[in-house]
Amino acid sequence: MYHKEKSIQMKSSASALYNNLSVLRIAPRSLTYFTVVHANMVNMVSASWDGLNYSHRQLQSKEANVATSSSLIMQAAWCVLPSRDILVLTSQKGIQMYESDGSIMVYWHALDTPETQTAQAVFARGIAAVREKYICVGISSGSMLVFDVPIKGSNITLSEVLEEHKESITDLASECSGSLECIADMVSADDSGNLCVWKSGEDFQLLNKIPDKAIEAFCSSVKLWKGTVVAGYGTGQIRLYEAVTGIVHAEVNAHARWIYSLDIAPFSGLLLSAAEDSLVRVWHLTMTPETNSVEIVHMYNECVTDTQICGAKFCDGDGYAFAVTGYDLSEIIRYTQV
Amino acid sequence: MSSRTLPLLFINLGGEMLYILDQRLRAQNIPADKAKKVMNDIITTMFNKKFLEELFKPQELYSKKALRTVFDRLAHASIMRLNQASMDKLYDLMTMAFKYQVLLCPRAKDILLVSFNHMDAIKDFVKDTPSVLSQVDETYRQLIEMYTPLSSGEFQLIRQTLLIFFQDMHIRVSIFLKDKVQNSNGRFVLPISGPVPHGTHIPGLIRMFSCNGEEVKRLQFRNGGNYTGVLREGSFEMFGERVIKLGTNMYSVSRPVETHMSGTSKNSAQKKSVNTAPNPLAKEELNMLARLMGGMEVQKPGNADSVLLCYEHCFNQQANAELVKIMGDFTEEAGEPCSSSANSKGDDLLAMMDGL
Repeated sequence: MYHKEKSIQMKSSASALYNNLSVLRIAPRSLTYFTVVHANMVNMVSASWDGLNYSHRQLQSKEANVATSSSLIMQAAWCVLPSRDILVLTSQKGIQMYESDGSIMVYWHALDTPETQTAQAVFARGIAAVREKYICVGISSGSMLVFDVPIKGSNITLSEVLEEHKESITDLASECSGSLECIADMVSADDSGNLCVWKSGEDFQLLNKIPDKAIEAFCSSVKLWKGTVVAGYGTGQIRLYEAVTGIVHAEVNAHARWIYSLDIAPFSGLLLSAAEDSLVRVWHLTMTPETNSVEIVHMYNECVTDTQICGAKFCDGDGYAFAVTGYDLSEIIRYTQV
Repeated sequence: MSSRTLPLLFINLGGEMLYILDQRLRAQNIPADKAKKVMNDIITTMFNKKFLEELFKPQELYSKKALRTVFDRLAHASIMRLNQASMDKLYDLMTMAFKYQVLLCPRAKDILLVSFNHMDAIKDFVKDTPSVLSQVDETYRQLIEMYTPLSSGEFQLIRQTLLIFFQDMHIRVSIFLKDKVQNSNGRFVLPISGPVPHGTHIPGLIRMFSCNGEEVKRLQFRNGGNYTGVLREGSFEMFGERVIKLGTNMYSVSRPVETHMSGTSKNSAQKKSVNTAPNPLAKEELNMLARLMGGMEVQKPGNADSVLLCYEHCFNQQANAELVKIMGDFTEEAGEPCSSSANSKGDDLLAMMDGL
């Protein structure tokens, strides 16, 4: 179904972090941007579609004051809003926001770090653009920060703090089908496998909480598409839930190790899952509104030999191409449909 | 990232160091009482009460340089002396071994089982010395107290922190190369076969449900691997079968083949070694080194009891050139006489820690 293309070389290797790849497709300029986190830095590569031009940029994490320890970055992701794209970096010290090409930092939010080191780690993780104007970011305490983003400029403000989760946020996702009919706008996942489903607005509203029944559950990656939550777990399982009710549509014994990344191609319903077990799998989701059912079928496997995959993303809305990163690998591996 | 990573890093690296030193002491036919003293002195320092108190405090990981200094000091906490190159190689081997163990842990939580494997072996090294044994037991208790309540998410954060620490390290280790667990480019082999971790199902099944929870459809898919079952859960208590073999002594002797390796019956715990450990190859390699390096130099008793112990492992293709160089180093002056007690060594370590 897919074959391997020429890889993109990066300036440094990828760190073992969840969802460690973000892709931004810029059609008007025939470019695709990729970002991958390496410890306290972000590698940004822009690749022209003809495969001839690559340019690199590296962004550093901002250290508050003169810290002796470096501030590790947990995640970097683009937030696509109607008027602008913002690149968000979440680290142990705070949240940095840049214009999409990484050239200008437009906003910095520092996390409250305690004076003396506590056993509980402090960091931000989980990034999602919600509806027209919000960027949500998760915190290790379980809180989520909602930022209000203007059409242009740096007057970004903290609009709300959502306190629902009690464990560290692992991932956030917003409804990606583009449909305005969906009630749920965002889903958040935490360290203990709990999922919260939200409606955005001046005040975000909690629509549903999906607790996890398994003791050892941990949800590392989550997506929301046409009202269906797709969640990837540390046990290697993928589960599909109806967002608003929490009804389980499907359960897949998908991987033999911890799932690190999920992605959905919204126009085709293709689902990409990647795990520490070296495998990337492509699935297909179909919705049948009449019976309120969701089906998932397996389409394809790709084994990235001797690699613990940490990021996998489709490069376009149809799922024609996808890209993969792995721990200790200094390249972004690409695949396109045959 | 996780502020609970340092104790695990220290104990596991220390454990690997002890495995290597123990093997070298036996390979070099160091008299049993001296060898035991070396091991006891190092273990005493490693588990010094004050040092461990510092270690277990919530903190970020030390820099690579700082941690290396800690181990330099630890390796010299006994009458044994290592030259710079030997220390470099010892450290490389320790770190690559632990990187391998962290990477191949089936579940993030199994890092604790790997740590217990090291602890179990350390306990066996000092089983005849009650004072040190009690320190080791105390450390078990601290590990259990600190780590058993952690969730799998917190363990994964610890694992991710360790992987960042080990990032971009691809030193080739000949034991790993020969056993085909490491490729010639220095990257570890990650098999897509064997048992899946405890709590995971073998990939291949899709179950779909109706709105009222009834299973309505089942689909199978080809998982592309060769998975053979589910691992049992190992024991997280002071005693018990750990199940996971990572962290056990890969240098241990399971059958006495070479005369150099005679008299190993006392190491009965290590004899229960992993099936996958390439014992014959490890021995052969170490014996070759012993031949190349010659024996070690022991000073007459009565002088400051310093033993010059030099060893080398063939780590990469340039090993031969390195060995020749080391042979030159071999005839350097004997190390400093050791007169300090274990306590003052511990203080050194502590003082150095404070300075970090």
